[in-house]
Formats: sequence, C-alpha cells, structure tokens
Amino acid sequence: MTPREAILGKIRSQISVGSDDTNRRAAVANRLSNAPRGVIPERGQVTLAKCVDLFCKKAEAVQATVDRVSTYDAVADAVSSYLRGRNLPQSVRMGEENRLETVDWSKTPNLTRSFGPSDGSDPVGLSHAEKAVAETGTLIMTSGSANPTTVNFLPETHIVVVHSQDISGDYETSLNQIRKQYGKGRMPRTVNMITGPSRSADIEQKLLLGAHGPRSLHIIVVDD
Amino acid sequence: MKITTPEFKSNAVEALANPNLQKAMGHVQVGFIEKRQTAANGLPEFEALRDNARDIKNHTLAHLDLYLEAYSEKVEQSGGHVHWAQTAEDARNTVLDICRKANAKTVTKGKSMISEEIGINDFLEENGIAPIETDLGEYIIQLRGEAPSHIIAPAVHVLKEQVEADFRAEHTHLDANRNLEEPETLLDEARTVLRQKFIDADVGITGANFLIAETGTSVIVTNEGNGDLTQTLPRVHIVLASIEKITPTLEDVSQILRVLARSATGQELSVYTTFSTGPRRETDVDGPDEYHVILLDNGRTNMIGTEFQEMLRCIRCGACMNHCPVYHAVGGHAYGWVYPGPMGAVLTPSLEGIEKGGNLPNASTFCGRCESVCPMHIPLPKMMRHWREREFERNLNPAAQRWGLKIWAWIARHPGLYSIGARVAAKGIATLAGKNGRLSSLPLAGGWTKYRDLPAPEGQTFQQLWRARGGR
Repeated sequence: MTPREAILGKIRSQISVGSDDTNRRAAVANRLSNAPRGVIPERGQVTLAKCVDLFCKKAEAVQATVDRVSTYDAVADAVSSYLRGRNLPQSVRMGEENRLETVDWSKTPNLTRSFGPSDGSDPVGLSHAEKAVAETGTLIMTSGSANPTTVNFLPETHIVVVHSQDISGDYETSLNQIRKQYGKGRMPRTVNMITGPSRSADIEQKLLLGAHGPRSLHIIVVDD
Repeated sequence: MKITTPEFKSNAVEALANPNLQKAMGHVQVGFIEKRQTAANGLPEFEALRDNARDIKNHTLAHLDLYLEAYSEKVEQSGGHVHWAQTAEDARNTVLDICRKANAKTVTKGKSMISEEIGINDFLEENGIAPIETDLGEYIIQLRGEAPSHIIAPAVHVLKEQVEADFRAEHTHLDANRNLEEPETLLDEARTVLRQKFIDADVGITGANFLIAETGTSVIVTNEGNGDLTQTLPRVHIVLASIEKITPTLEDVSQILRVLARSATGQELSVYTTFSTGPRRETDVDGPDEYHVILLDNGRTNMIGTEFQEMLRCIRCGACMNHCPVYHAVGGHAYGWVYPGPMGAVLTPSLEGIEKGGNLPNASTFCGRCESVCPMHIPLPKMMRHWREREFERNLNPAAQRWGLKIWAWIARHPGLYSIGARVAAKGIATLAGKNGRLSSLPLAGGWTKYRDLPAPEGQTFQQLWRARGGR
C-alpha cells in the first residue's frame, strides 16, 4: 500500500464511507464547479467610483501611498516626481508589460528603465497590478515576464500602477476574474495579494515597516 | 523535537519565576486582544463570516479524501509533485531526498509550524545541510536554539536586549561598536544579513495556510515577505503542509482569509497573501524550477470521525493563546512541544498521545475565552474536557486526584447530601474566618492560600438562593 492509499483509506474508514459514495462525490464536484461566494462584505458593494475611493483609503490605512492620474501617459511623470520627492535615483526595474509600454516615457528623459527580474540590486521596482480589491486596499499581481515576482519583493521601493477599471469590491470578484482569464482550475504560477509595505512586529510586538520586502509601497491609480 | 509536556508543572513554575519572560508576556496581554477586537468590530459581517468559515471546513473534513484527491491531481497537472507522508519521519526523509537531489548546501525557510512539528531543522543539520530561518521571529529563536513560544509570534518571549545580545554573538563580522538599541536597527541588521542567504539558498521550504483543491494551489499568508523570497529565489520550492489545510475553492479561501488576520494580529488582511501553483512556466522569468508539496498526516487521520475532528478546523491564528490566562502566565515553552495555549492543549494529546500530553488539558480554568474568539468556532474547552475524561478512564491521573474526583462525583449525584454539605461547609468556613471574612490558610489548599487569602462564603448557598428565587 502506498502512503497515499494508506492516508486516504484511513480517512475513509474514519468517516465510515460505505461502498457507495456517489452523493459525497457529487457534493464535492458541485462545490468545485459552482464555487459559492459566501458572505461578501457590504463595504465593497458600491459604484466603481466609490470602490476606487475605498481602495485608496484602505491602501493608505496600511501605510501605502497613493497617487491618482487621469491617463497612462501621466504615469511617467508620476513615477519620476515620486522618486524625486523621496530623493531616490531616477531608475526603475520592471517587466515587459504592455500597458506600461503605452506610456509616453519620452517626457521623462532622466528616468531610466531596465527590464527583467530583479536580482536584489535595484532600488526601485515598477509593476502593473492585474487586479485590486477595495475592501482592504489590496493589489493583486500575477507572475510572468510582464511582472516578474522578484520585482514585487526585492527592491526597497515598489511602485505599482493599477487601472481603476480593475478594482473590484471584494476578493471573490477579483479572483473569479483571474479564473476566467486563465481558465477554470488554472492559475498563474504566482498570484501575490499585496496589502501595504512589508512589516514585522516580531521584536516586542512593535510594528516596523520594511522587514524583508519593500519598505515603501507607492500605488498609481490610472483613472482614464 | 524533545517533548517536555510531561514536565508541564515544573516548566510552569520556572516560567512564573522568570522575570524576562514575565516582562515579555506583558506585551501579549495588551496588544493582541485590543487589535483583534477593533478589527472584528470594524467588519459588520465578521460573525457571519466565522459561521461560514466553520461550515466550509466542516464540509471539507467530511469529504477530505475526495478533496485531497482533487487537489493532488491539480498539483500534478500544473507540473508539481505531491509526496504523501504518514509520519514525521516520512516527511523528514522526503525533504532530505529532495534536498540531496538538488545538491543543496543551504535551505531557507519561511515560517512553518509543520516544520517544527517534524523537527526538520535538526534533521537537516545532522545530514550536512544548513537550514536558515528567515522570518524575523524564527531567525531570533534559531540563533537562541529555542522552539517558538507562540504560533504566529515565535519570539514573543524574547526581550529586545536579548535579541541585541544574540545578534552581537552571531554577526561577529559586523562592527562591534554598532548601535543596536532599537528594534528598527535590529530589524535592519536581520534584513541585511538574511538578504544574501535568500539569494544563496538552493532550496526554499515554506508552510501553507491553505491548499486549494480547485486549482492545486498552496497559499501562504505573511507580513515580512520572507516567505515569498524563500519560495521565489531558490531552484526548488518545498511546501510542507498537513492534510487538513485543504480548502475547496478560491472563494472558500477568501472567506476564511477575512477572519484569519483579523483574529491573529488584528490586521484586515496580512501584507502578503501568496498563491503558488506548480513550478516556473515558460512565460515566467523567475520562480523555482521544481515545486514539491509534502502532505503530512502524523496522527491527524486518527482525529477524523472522533470528538476531536473539530480541532482540524484550526487555521493557526493564535487568538486562543492570545486570550488565554494560563498562556499569559506561563508563556508557550511551558507547554513543552510545538503547539501551546488552548489549541495546543487539544492538539498535543491528539498527536503525541494523552500519556505525554495529559497535563495540558488540565491546565485550563475553562474560562471559555478561547472558544469565544476562535474564528472557526472550535469548542476548545469541550475538547479539553474530553481529554480529561479519557485520562480518567485510562487511570492516568494521580491517585489522590482520582479519589477526590470520585468522592466529588458521588456527592454531586446526591443533591440532598450536597445541599447539607454546602451549608455546613459555608458556615464552617465563615466561622473559621471570623470577623475579617478571610482565611489565610486552609488544610489541603496550602498551595492556593500561599499566595492569597480565601474569602469566606457570605450569606446563603447558591441552592438556597436559587430556591428563594423560584428557580429562575
């Protein structure tokens, strides 16, 4: 008997499954295919405009900073001025992301962009969120060459662009959108839900920002 | 790890006499409780979500075999490997096997209680592989050679001065005159030292808060980002998870996530909730080449179908210990194994046997706070009572205690006698206590009166009052 058979067999005997478990199989198949949504907090069930406002408020409540711009072209200047304001070098690490390629970067000639995963030597990472969730100010990032996972974690400063249309009220709605995008039962290699900059309270329960991930998280919402 | 649960009483006495521990435990009693309450109050649907979280896990446990099958099929489909481990030893050997095949010299680790349960660190070291804990709290206790004293705040028993001393002793390559007085500087130092370790590691081991049957995904919930660096940078990612972490769908995980962080740290959501499915894809430019999941039983299947099944709903938030007066007084190490507090008092005898774990279900005042804050509505006091009953049935408790209980049970089943006895005892104690109404010593209760006076009963007994009020 393989360990797998032993464990599954033990569970079946403990549950006292008889020879016919048609109903149990049906219950499991049913839940997996229908995926009931459960209890959804009211706070996110509002118009898109209010959802975007709630997202910004909640992100700021967990020590992220938020900027709102009206076009993708304005992203270049928003990135550049944020870096200037923080006294950071005008240089970002990013993936090959189509939505960020539509930005007119020629307006910020001093800002240099390098592409690919981060090896830890980049002070600033720039990403585009796939989705965002208003109820807790959460960004949802998906892995791939457009947005390498290492860019989310290694740079000390992480700038994330999100399109206002991609913000929804609750996790269930956003994850269901990803499910539709990738196909039922499939997921990107990594999905990162990010809610504020990295932190730790492991020393005497004192909350400190910037544990192993970014010390600062700056979000640029594009409202076009 | 060596289990010292049978020595709970002497562990507790030592803990109570340890001034550093008592100072550190002060931080638990204020912070966690207030933060959880604020977070719960801030979400009107919190109670409805707790109920649904309980129902989701009940449904899952009733169909656990089928969900495990569905889950493992999805993992394989996404290019990952599933390893089934019946015992801690099986799990250790599987980890070692994978590490050897990867020619691993160092292994970084995200926070995982299962890795503590199977004692993987000592085992890897014995086999020439260096495990490096990367969660700040876990890193601190690894330097100290200690076990975690709390399931989400492993170094909660350590003061910052002690962390400073540990860092100075370990990080000897750094300037001896550097300032390390503040938690900020300690965190910075750990960040810098560990950053290189992340990059150098050959294998990364994480736990899992959830395993999603629908997609074959493992989920970790963290604040520091160390778990993500652990599983993204090395060539091989190993997930250590126990079988009850299975959750059916993305929606079901979302429901439970809403009660997890709120109950644990009082956050609305932890900073990083990461979903991992299989190894790096062709479209990926980073992430591990190999993805392994080790599914651990280690005694859990014995709990299914018994009065302890509900314990398998536990999502390891730590709310029960954060609200436990016994845990506050003695800290986590006194419990003597991996899981402290009320959840440990139920789980330790379940996994390690009542012979070793029997002291823990007795270390409770049954105040009920743990159950009242448990996001999964686990009836912890009821299950501790079940363990006390089993201990009694199997003649495991001391003779004096057994006789005391037998005499008590006999009297309690004779209400007339009980009523007279209570009246006589109340009067007697009141008379003995005299004018000031307190007794400074009492036969057979010297341990209790050593630290406080016993207030003498005043007026009538409960039964007399009950009758006088017409039984209402």
